[in-house]
Amino acid sequence: MTAAITPELVEQHQLTPAEYAKIVEILGREPSYTELGIFSVMWSEHCSYKSSRIHLKKLPTRGTLVVQGPGENAGIIDIGGGYVIAFKIESHNHPSFIEPFQGAATGSGGILRDIFTMGARPVAVLDSLRFGRLDDPHTGPRNRRILSGVVAGIAHYGNCFGVPTLGGECLFEPCYDGNPLVNVFALGVCRKEDIFYAKAAGVGNPVIYVGARTGRDGIHGASMASAEFTEESKQKRPNVQVGDPFMEKLLLEACLEAMHTGAIVGIQDMGAAGLTCSTCEMGSRGGVGIEIELDRVPQRAAGMTSYEIMLSESQERMLLVADKGRQDEVFAVFRKWGLEAAEIGVVTGDGKLRVRHHGEIVAEIPNRELADEAPLYDRPVAPVPAAAREPAAWPRGSDPQNDLPRMLAAPDVCSKRWIWEQYDYQVRTNTLAGPQRADAAIIRIKETGTSIAMSLDGSGRYCRLSPRQGAQLAVAEACRNLSTVGARPVAATNCLNFGNPERPGIMAQLVEAIKGMAEACRFFDTPITGGNVSLYNETLGEGIFPTPVMGIVGLLKTEAPVTIPFKNPGRSIVLLGGVGDCDQTCFGGTQYAKEILQDFWGLPPALDLDYEKRVQAAMRHVIEHGLAESAHDLSDGGLGVALAECCFGPGEIGAQVDLASDLRPELLLFHEGPSRILISTAHPGKVAAIAAGWGVEAPVIGATAEKGLEIRQRTVTLGAWEIAALKSAYDSALGTQL
Amino acid sequence: MKFGVIVFPGSNCDHDAFYAVAHNLGQPAEFIWHDSASLGGVDAVILPGGFAYGDYLRCGAIAKFSPVMKAVRDFAAAGGPVLGICNGFQILVEAGLLPGALIRNRGLKFICRELRLRAGTRNSIFTSAIPPGQVLRVPIAHGEGCYYADERTLDELEAEDRVAFRYIDNANGSLRDIAGVLSRGRNVMGMMPHPERASDPLMGSDDGLAVFRSMLTSMPVTA
Repeated sequence: MTAAITPELVEQHQLTPAEYAKIVEILGREPSYTELGIFSVMWSEHCSYKSSRIHLKKLPTRGTLVVQGPGENAGIIDIGGGYVIAFKIESHNHPSFIEPFQGAATGSGGILRDIFTMGARPVAVLDSLRFGRLDDPHTGPRNRRILSGVVAGIAHYGNCFGVPTLGGECLFEPCYDGNPLVNVFALGVCRKEDIFYAKAAGVGNPVIYVGARTGRDGIHGASMASAEFTEESKQKRPNVQVGDPFMEKLLLEACLEAMHTGAIVGIQDMGAAGLTCSTCEMGSRGGVGIEIELDRVPQRAAGMTSYEIMLSESQERMLLVADKGRQDEVFAVFRKWGLEAAEIGVVTGDGKLRVRHHGEIVAEIPNRELADEAPLYDRPVAPVPAAAREPAAWPRGSDPQNDLPRMLAAPDVCSKRWIWEQYDYQVRTNTLAGPQRADAAIIRIKETGTSIAMSLDGSGRYCRLSPRQGAQLAVAEACRNLSTVGARPVAATNCLNFGNPERPGIMAQLVEAIKGMAEACRFFDTPITGGNVSLYNETLGEGIFPTPVMGIVGLLKTEAPVTIPFKNPGRSIVLLGGVGDCDQTCFGGTQYAKEILQDFWGLPPALDLDYEKRVQAAMRHVIEHGLAESAHDLSDGGLGVALAECCFGPGEIGAQVDLASDLRPELLLFHEGPSRILISTAHPGKVAAIAAGWGVEAPVIGATAEKGLEIRQRTVTLGAWEIAALKSAYDSALGTQL
Repeated sequence: MKFGVIVFPGSNCDHDAFYAVAHNLGQPAEFIWHDSASLGGVDAVILPGGFAYGDYLRCGAIAKFSPVMKAVRDFAAAGGPVLGICNGFQILVEAGLLPGALIRNRGLKFICRELRLRAGTRNSIFTSAIPPGQVLRVPIAHGEGCYYADERTLDELEAEDRVAFRYIDNANGSLRDIAGVLSRGRNVMGMMPHPERASDPLMGSDDGLAVFRSMLTSMPVTA
């Protein structure tokens, strides 16, 4: 196509006049229509990180165990014994709003390909989800439909592909009404010498395309993910791709097998921006050129233009470079798995992406400039406005007896069984702790005797009040979840979900959150090895809460995990870290404020990083010595909710608790101060000694009991409950709304 | 005793079944690719869970035509033990080696859950070490596991003592709580729950190992 490049056309491609001028400068001429399309996707926010990149540089990315940091398809960590893990988190927010089932399914597909393109077999998936309120009379029906679709999509893809989905988190706020968040984390394992990189090399080597045929689906998906939603967005449905998990499973097995032939030089999946992104990024990383012939690309539809082929985001496709003369070995493997593969081009020495179609050159762009020289923006940052420090109407009389069951049934707090039972969380028989069993998900690595613990955490509420502190709290919480199962946190991945970065207020949230995340990750020695930035999460000008989600992985020995529920009556209950403190200001972001007071103010809970670290070290120490029968950290809903959750085991072991504190009852039971973990133990003295060694409080607050939960404050009863009643409130809340 | 685990392109519990018999049970095992015309010299065959050919059509509807299924049919006809787990059960039903059908779960959703089964008969290779009435904790993970058959077939299964397992917690709506059935020759068994996922105490239960142990103790030892 030889359409004239008009300013309107440039604008439709979401390129600014300055960006267009830079394109002309790079090329030394006007781009062709196909080239314009190619630049527009590569320089979209989604692919280029142009608004966030200068800030992301502040994140710590190095560590002794880091084999591969940001810049590849996934980060890689050495877990010892000759093995590594590859992991990353990705968002698929925009597609999941437009078409929840396929949007979420293809989100899973994309992150799984990112993992196995590194040579690692995916062995775990977790998801972090945000939706609008399900009970909202106006938006509730749509939110329920989105949630059901998203969950079914993730389940459909992961279950068929054969990777366990081990849990994650799911929270609800009105701000996600028109903009749900679907972040999927995946982790894979491989031998250290089997790692593959997305790098082209060797002039003359063949470029091979394998997998599904290229169709017209998903064209401009990356650009769609880089714009706000408007009413017309609903018409963007053709931009959402359709997933085929069976095809992905074939690709997985075939790619891993092909990699073992030794005939593959480099490999990359075709995700956002499809063929465009995979060719120019592989070329750029290897400092070489790639020339492809589009007539050889397997196509689903007749008469596709070069523009469409280059920009298609059809799923389940991979691009690889093989050793010249050995391509037959690679083709033999793909044939065995019944996959279509084609040699579509060759590695060249001129550093350019050259695309031919019907005998003509339709694009010729320097790879490095295209892939790595997207304009970077240091966008204006406004001061973060201070939230109201005092509640609108408070105090009111507290009623712990009735508040606890209400809290347990709150959407953010209640059991997410309705969701995770749709996920196969056991396939591959490595699951030591699946959903809701322990504070972190745990899988064993059969080959090494090492297990991997994983946790996803992110609080939009806290970040809305203070992005910097909220991000720190997310890191602390994820690390605490790992420590609570005895795992040492070693590395992180992040998914930064924010609104429109062109608004200085939003940009401020992003900058502050990255700052807090960098501080905390540095402090906990959990370098960030990769991740994803999702901006423009706004609909009709309404931005979401700033929602950075942390995925942190930790290592532990393979053995029966320390899980949440109390196991035996008559054990001491230790509150490692102590009851903590909380004033009115720091109570405004809690679940209690949200659900019971229906208010939102102040600051997130105060976090003392050093104390947090010592509490976690003590916790791991307690587990190392086999002293914890159960362990559960305090998070949403504070002590009251955590105590109840510990009673929900199969034996419904209860507790008698007496708290020596002068805090107001609702603060005492429901404040969300960090650095606190509930432990049940037969050896309180030994636990106390370990805690003292780390300089952290560890009061014995009560004992487990045959039945019933009773909580007193200095001998005054705050509430007494039957476990079955609490459990029923907790278990049934989500299902009854759906 | 040598186990053969059939691998369809979309099998995803093949490695789990292999690990259970090779590692947890300590027996030799090998994978058998779906386009093999022969089973080699295995003593027992396992059709594992997964999505054989994607199962976008009815589960197992394509798998029954695969080359390896001809070999499996011959093996079963000769009295060889064939165990189908989850998708393997669906395939055996589609292939006509077991009666009935597996339809969408009652709640129309995929369910992954550990639940309790009650053993129905000791009279089979697969259950010889499990006293009738014994309760086993074994997980399910399927979207189409609701066992369905006409009344006559169900009566016949019961009359002939061919119900190997029943759900105590029937999550998928299976008729008469049926979780696993035997062929008339009693050498083919299909079950929706995953015994290979309950073969290691670290996985929360090793009750499922009893199925593989039964096979081991009731089969003549071959060199």
